[in-house]
Amino acid sequence: MNDLSKSMERTVLSAPGKKKTRDINAISPLWNFIFNVGVCLFALSCIFPFIFIIVISFTDEKTLALNGFSILPEVLSLDAYRFLMRSGEQMVQSLGVTLAVTVIGTVLTLYLVSTYAYAISRKNFDQRRFFSFLAFFTMLFSGGLVPGYIVVTQVLHLRDTLWALIFPSILNAFYIIVMRTFFTTTVPDAIIESAKIDGATEFGIYTRIVLPISLPGIATIGLFSTLGFWNDWFNALLYIDNPNLIPLQTLLIRIQNNMDFIVQNSSQVVSYDIAATLPTETVRMAMVVLATLPIALAYPFFQKYFIQGLTIGSVKE
Amino acid sequence: MQGILKKLIKNRAFLLLVLPGAAWFIIFAYLPMFGTIIAFKDFRIHPGGFFESVLKSEWVGFKNFEFLFSTDDAYIITRNTILYNVGLIMLGLVLAVTLAIIMNELLNKRLAKFYQTAMFMPYFLSWVIISYFVFSFLNVEKGVFNQLLVFFGEDPVSWYSETKFWPYFLIFLGLWKNAGYGSVVYLAAIAGIDRSYYEAAMIDGATKWNQIRFITLPMLKPLMIILTVLALGGIFRSDFGLFYQVPRDSGALYPVTNVIDTFVYRGLTIMGDTGMSTATGLYQSVVGLILVLLANYAVRKIEKDYAVF
Repeated sequence: MNDLSKSMERTVLSAPGKKKTRDINAISPLWNFIFNVGVCLFALSCIFPFIFIIVISFTDEKTLALNGFSILPEVLSLDAYRFLMRSGEQMVQSLGVTLAVTVIGTVLTLYLVSTYAYAISRKNFDQRRFFSFLAFFTMLFSGGLVPGYIVVTQVLHLRDTLWALIFPSILNAFYIIVMRTFFTTTVPDAIIESAKIDGATEFGIYTRIVLPISLPGIATIGLFSTLGFWNDWFNALLYIDNPNLIPLQTLLIRIQNNMDFIVQNSSQVVSYDIAATLPTETVRMAMVVLATLPIALAYPFFQKYFIQGLTIGSVKE
Repeated sequence: MQGILKKLIKNRAFLLLVLPGAAWFIIFAYLPMFGTIIAFKDFRIHPGGFFESVLKSEWVGFKNFEFLFSTDDAYIITRNTILYNVGLIMLGLVLAVTLAIIMNELLNKRLAKFYQTAMFMPYFLSWVIISYFVFSFLNVEKGVFNQLLVFFGEDPVSWYSETKFWPYFLIFLGLWKNAGYGSVVYLAAIAGIDRSYYEAAMIDGATKWNQIRFITLPMLKPLMIILTVLALGGIFRSDFGLFYQVPRDSGALYPVTNVIDTFVYRGLTIMGDTGMSTATGLYQSVVGLILVLLANYAVRKIEKDYAVF
């Protein structure tokens, strides 16, 4: 806010008895209230379902069968979580798959994106136009699902391997645009020129100068990528049959209609009795809660990096 | 020739840097593009590998396309894809800009920050998780909607087989999931507008509404156009999870949930019809490319600076 508006604020609002100064160009308290109610309702609709699922996961299975899903259940119970602790081998296995895919995938993504984006951000790279086009054309045109599927299964033979969950998603043109824009806007040419005069090689400049000052950009891409791998279920739907390689999100799809899947991989012998008394609905919701909790807890802290990436990505050059 | 070689050697450090990424693009983006020629072939797997399979499969011309367009499916999936996307793009734009303007005006900035964080939540969740959220409302015996209907003395509805509700559900969910994401970009753009415009307008006696109409919206126009042109380019693509996972792949709902992407997926995995699925995917890509080029051309004609490329 500049001096003009500050001084106006003072002259208009320094009336005696009024302690809070108010920007005279602000909306009236009535409109503020109306807007608050509207946005607040929408914001609540965004977090309510998650709270609802948490409550359901702590509901007693019999109460649930009797009363249906309720935000204020009559009887609470920890049975769903107890069940998962006891025979959740499949869940743990899937969690392991998801973690492995997310970590390996994100590291590879960062390597590919930062090297590629750095090279095409440098004006003294003679083939930069060609390689920029190579990346950006993929945003306009793609071969489609089926040829991609055939390449993964019949050229690379990745069916039923962890790599089928990783390789198809480790790069895309959007990441490269964000990263390139980040390099061109935050790394001053002068630094690079002076390093060159001091005799640094291109690799030296990239690893010792550019990467360290681009950490916020790297963090942004890293978070996009982490989220993408954690939430991915489509690749597994296409390429994975082996229950040991199913990630968490895909496990949630498998148990959607059939709870047997979670016990078939269990080391315990599950009798028909146990299968019949399985707290199915609440266990499902408990698994949804466990798969969502890490994101729900972490994203408010990482939000600003996402916002940064989004706003950079939409800057036109 | 020697000149080219010299140039390559001069740029060897950069070339080494782009090599892994370029290799990825060639394998995972350009090889499938070459593979689309099987849309014009009767694809058979040959023992000699991918290239031999693609090249040795028999040419059938446009037979795969004829087969696709001879059924009602082609019309239904094209109609669904376009109508849903037009709805989502237009309403999404209005919602994102409205939210951004309102959030920018809220007096309590800390509260505004909280709203923003809450609205961002659905964006971070997968459609699988959201399909469970939806299930807790729509389940026939236990869901919230039917509990409310019964409470008010109405008959419960079998939501997962009643087509008439789903266009509203899907549009709502598509908007709901992306509202936080959409508004952020516009919020940042509003924050970047020079405050002195508003001060000058205020001194001239402009109301808040007039300031929004004559300053904020015109200043946001380039961004709105660019993002909409980009979105129009994707008008033939859909968010697969929204149309496949949220309706729980319910066959009764196919007339209103089947879009090009789900059709191609089912064609590949259930029917195993490689040729027709590839043809559908190619139809999607080619029309999508034409649309984005046309949209960009139109924008360039009207206002050169607003064109994306």
